[in-house]
Amino acid sequence: MAETIKLTVSRYRPEEESKPTFQTYDVPYNKEWVILDALNYVKDQLDGTLTFRWSCRMGVCGSCGMMVNGTPTLTCAVPLSDYVSSEPIRIEPLQFFPIIRDLVIDMNSFLGKLSSVKPWIIRDDEKPPVEGEYRQTPAELDVYKQFSMCINCMLCYSACPVVGLEPEFTGPAAIALAQRYNLDSRDQGAAERMAVLNEHDGMWGCTFVGECTNVCPKNVDPAGAIQLYKMASATDWFKSVLLPWGSKK
Amino acid sequence: MPFWWWLQKRVYFNFILRELTCVFVGVFAVLTLLQIQALANGPDAYAEFINRLRTPGLILFNSVGLAALLLHAVTWFKAVPTTITVRFRETRVPDHVIAGLHYVGWMVVSAVVAWFLWPS
Repeated sequence: MAETIKLTVSRYRPEEESKPTFQTYDVPYNKEWVILDALNYVKDQLDGTLTFRWSCRMGVCGSCGMMVNGTPTLTCAVPLSDYVSSEPIRIEPLQFFPIIRDLVIDMNSFLGKLSSVKPWIIRDDEKPPVEGEYRQTPAELDVYKQFSMCINCMLCYSACPVVGLEPEFTGPAAIALAQRYNLDSRDQGAAERMAVLNEHDGMWGCTFVGECTNVCPKNVDPAGAIQLYKMASATDWFKSVLLPWGSKK
Repeated sequence: MPFWWWLQKRVYFNFILRELTCVFVGVFAVLTLLQIQALANGPDAYAEFINRLRTPGLILFNSVGLAALLLHAVTWFKAVPTTITVRFRETRVPDHVIAGLHYVGWMVVSAVVAWFLWPS
């Protein structure tokens, strides 16, 4: 059993270098550790200048997404032992995002896309809080629950070649979240979101590669959400052409 | 993104393969239309068309085309449950049932076409 394991980590210090380089660290091999534990060992014991994001260490906050051996990965969720045979473990920042420093990416483009799809409950008439909550049945919850599990870790953006080829593409997580609200029985904002996502950079940019779903650590299935969205849009279009009175407004 | 990005991962390669095989779907559709046209032009024209199909080059082309077509159909049928969500009495119909129904539909349509085309 190996006593140490090598991590090859991407470094980018904009004040020192014009493009990322790699630095290798030897860390103790502990089969109880996840990749993030190894990175924290480097930070605490070997090199305090290494910069990366993390917070909850339990797959909830979505902060610690990185490329591990070329695959977008939530580093708090994968054991170090999974990579023993592929040593050294190559760790890089999420691809298709600008790098701020070392493993930290600039997520502003993602946040802009996310807010553009209005991921909140939209009501035609908002009732005052004293009238109580908008209730729904377990069956109504079940319809959208899978898509509500997204933790905005952005792994799906890093896995999507369309995002790499067309950076303006709204992208998997944002469209999946739009679909999550569309399917929510309490929401009435589907038409508003459709107007945004029917544009050039919206859902039709997706070519259904499907890798976003493969890398999702919460089994959200963004590829599925986007295809359902396309079906809804196409159905709406056919209704508006064939049955002008049947189109959803 | 490098031009060869689709060679970086098997998933990307499979995606490109699935998309490119649609060319053969189009070619087969054109071939069927030409066959119908030959049929409309009379027995001699149809016999000539069939003879041309029996040349080694076209047999090879059609064999490759058929393989591509099968790959195209199978990969899309595999993807269908992702695009169609059916709920029956508040329960989501399992993916394999939706995919299975598509295969059944494919077989039924193929059987009907074969029944029409099979020489009596």
